[in-house]
Amino acid sequence: MGRLKTIGRRSFLIGSATILGGVAFGTFMAARPHENPLLAGLGEGEAAFNPFVKLTSTEITLIVPHADIGQGVQSAQAALIAEELDIEVEQVKLTFGEPSAAYYNTAFAEEALPFMSFDDRSAVETMRGVVGGVLKMVGIQGTGGSTSMPDQYEKLRMAGAVARETIKAAASQRTGVPIGELKTANGAVELPDGTTIAYTDLAAEAAEIAPVTKVALRDPSTWSKVGKPMMRTDTLAKSTGTQSFGIDIELDGLVHASVRANPRKGGELIYFDATNAETMRGVQAIVPVTNGVAVVADNTWRAIQAVNAIDIDWGQAPYPPEMDDHWAKVAASFVEERLDDEWRADGDVEAALSDADVISIENRAPYVAHQPLEPLNATVLVTDGAVEIWSGHQMPRFVQQQVAAVAGVEAEQVKFHNQFSGGSFGHRLEFEHLKQATEVAMTMPGTPVKLTYSREEDFLQDFPRQIAMSRAQGAVENGRVTALSLDIAAPSVLASQGGRLGQSMPGADMQIVAGAWNMPYDIPNLRVRGYRVPELAPVSSWRSVGASHAGFFAENTLDELIRAAGADPMEERLRLVNHPVHRTVLETVAEMANWGENLGPNRGRGLALVESFGVPTAEVIDVSVTEAGIKVDRVCVASDVGKVIDPINFENQVQGGVVWALGHAINSEVTYSDGMAEQTNYHAAEGMRIFQTPEIIVRGLENAEKIRGIGEPPVPPAAAALASAIFDATGVRLREMPFNKFMDFV
Amino acid sequence: MRLLVNGEEREVDVEDDMPLLWVLRDELGLKGTKYGCGIAQCGACTVHMDGVAVRSCQVAAATAEGADVVTIEGLGSPETMHAVQEAWVEHQVAQCGYCQSGQIMQAASLLDTNPEPTDEDIDIVMGGNLCRCGTYPRIRAAVKTAATKLREA
Repeated sequence: MGRLKTIGRRSFLIGSATILGGVAFGTFMAARPHENPLLAGLGEGEAAFNPFVKLTSTEITLIVPHADIGQGVQSAQAALIAEELDIEVEQVKLTFGEPSAAYYNTAFAEEALPFMSFDDRSAVETMRGVVGGVLKMVGIQGTGGSTSMPDQYEKLRMAGAVARETIKAAASQRTGVPIGELKTANGAVELPDGTTIAYTDLAAEAAEIAPVTKVALRDPSTWSKVGKPMMRTDTLAKSTGTQSFGIDIELDGLVHASVRANPRKGGELIYFDATNAETMRGVQAIVPVTNGVAVVADNTWRAIQAVNAIDIDWGQAPYPPEMDDHWAKVAASFVEERLDDEWRADGDVEAALSDADVISIENRAPYVAHQPLEPLNATVLVTDGAVEIWSGHQMPRFVQQQVAAVAGVEAEQVKFHNQFSGGSFGHRLEFEHLKQATEVAMTMPGTPVKLTYSREEDFLQDFPRQIAMSRAQGAVENGRVTALSLDIAAPSVLASQGGRLGQSMPGADMQIVAGAWNMPYDIPNLRVRGYRVPELAPVSSWRSVGASHAGFFAENTLDELIRAAGADPMEERLRLVNHPVHRTVLETVAEMANWGENLGPNRGRGLALVESFGVPTAEVIDVSVTEAGIKVDRVCVASDVGKVIDPINFENQVQGGVVWALGHAINSEVTYSDGMAEQTNYHAAEGMRIFQTPEIIVRGLENAEKIRGIGEPPVPPAAAALASAIFDATGVRLREMPFNKFMDFV
Repeated sequence: MRLLVNGEEREVDVEDDMPLLWVLRDELGLKGTKYGCGIAQCGACTVHMDGVAVRSCQVAAATAEGADVVTIEGLGSPETMHAVQEAWVEHQVAQCGYCQSGQIMQAASLLDTNPEPTDEDIDIVMGGNLCRCGTYPRIRAAVKTAATKLREA
């Protein structure tokens, strides 16, 4: 119960307002519903039963609360509503939720608290409820942390059910047929005599009655959509070039802008001379922005050419200019003053290590860029006292607040139109590009300005994944792992992100040890400590956040101990694993990979199991040693998310997560020189390409109690499973990413 | 200058060295062709010039004059898809979808010259098209399905 005691004086993740605020307001405020943002826009005879379903005489609109950054959430969340509403997604219009507290996300609570995912003691659930209540109360609207499904799994089905029952009530009122005798299908109410009334035909009457709120959710066994293979609603558009992204926005009178800000991030612009740019064709304005300068032109290319022609003198970075100094700061952080927290203390590690031949292991994870393929962009229109903005972003309400602060208006005066994003991986949690676009648009009221980063600017301004290092001491005895002390040092990504929002992040940062402190093993003597490195280069959440480094550290360290003990990586993990759901994940992946078979010469097989975002995910990787280098042949993945919403998209997300993880583990890092990122385009940081991509076999399991998201969990185990396989094949243990610094890959 | 794009003559007033990519996107409003890197490292801007896949960020407008330029919009529409697009839908390749116009244009060009590509052929020819979401396993499968469709057509 140690964690329960300490949590009262700590706050996690969301900032000082959350837990303390929650305790102060209690559950009363958290229980109050938010205003339905759809009500303000309703015309005569139109109904909005809740923030998620709007009905007019001509169309039904489903409002998807989360941002679609490629994970397919619009499709999946629409299916949750449609399942209970008895409508086909082809019959509805889909839009993203506008910035509103009504689209609060309570699922962040799970990741904000330092309890094992399967810890269902009532006190723990109460604590999650308190934090969830606060998230609801302050209206945290966000996409991230693989929360989209857990957050909305019930809410959206309930929204659909409420809408259905209210529409039935309207039909009953009109026809006199008792509600119990009415059926619904394909967006229409069916009367006992077989006649049907379209939902849209009932809009005016449904708008007049109070939403029916006493409804029960259907039993999963009756579902016709959720859990079955679906055709994603965006597939056709994305296969025909007709999907519009933020970068594709067209508006009357639109002008194009591009920007260069100090690549020594946080440093000032000392001087610029735009003489050359001013006379270039199509250039309309040179606009200084915070720590940088933008060019407005009549074409994106002209804006980029002109901004690159500006002579600029940049100020120094507020962090060490050279990479060696960054690593030195991380290495120097394994000291008492920088201890962030001790997160796991099973048995007596000190005693166990003092009597043993200690194995010391150090692992490293570098900065890595996000670099989704759609460059950061934002279109802003400033008019009298109001701002409209079009962009793809994971945090709509923060967009509103940040843009409002720049424009000097109230947040409510900022209208944000969320767009489909050409990827994010955490990149679209940041606000610099939105603020810069607003600064430019402020100088030309009435003219919409689309600001697009060049790829080079996008690389230079990327807030990368945090740099991190682990130091471990372990002991083995009689073929078993008996002790592990794992210390992890990293800057706090949450403090870095929060700082840019003007929020302090008091308390320890669980992301420093995420995926490590909660390793699902009963090692008799196990200790995990996090050390906070003072902020270096500013960093940001990168697909799977802390678990992307800490999961690698934990499993690569454990694997090294297991192999040192002479044990089989699968058998030893099965012996140590302490939860039935995780055990089944391991057993499943063993069966998928045919673990234990003889692989033949020049081949190797490795394994890792990491739980992140509540999802235990095990991966077995096979490699071959070839003349051209290591070839990754096959990856088997077993992952338990409680409930798979769409098996097709699930498989695609897992495969993509594995490709993401392996591509960066093998090939990519961001290094700083003279305070600037040295990698400025994909030739220097490409992740994975098709010719490196292995066969990836996926199985989704549904044994866990709670539903979870799959966007991030496939990432953390991959690098460790690969290092394990390479060790098996070559006897060489890779302890630092990217691996291609130490070994050739095909 | 006059360009032939998707079978239509289009008049544009641009610098000789403006990349075709930006002529298509900002001057002609054909947004299906995407900007990813500007230096031929990602393939998101792939279009066909006289039937051959090219990176439109590396083709100067003046060079495109007189050529038959086809973009994703000209390859097929949602109502009348090209076999490659049909295969992309069947396999639900796309995640974020931003690279897929370029992937599809590259795949169509591959199958035009090589109706029965091996895995290695696919890896080599598609190797210049970056997908940050990692849809490569589906791209491989979809290229093969498209190859079958085209052979049977």
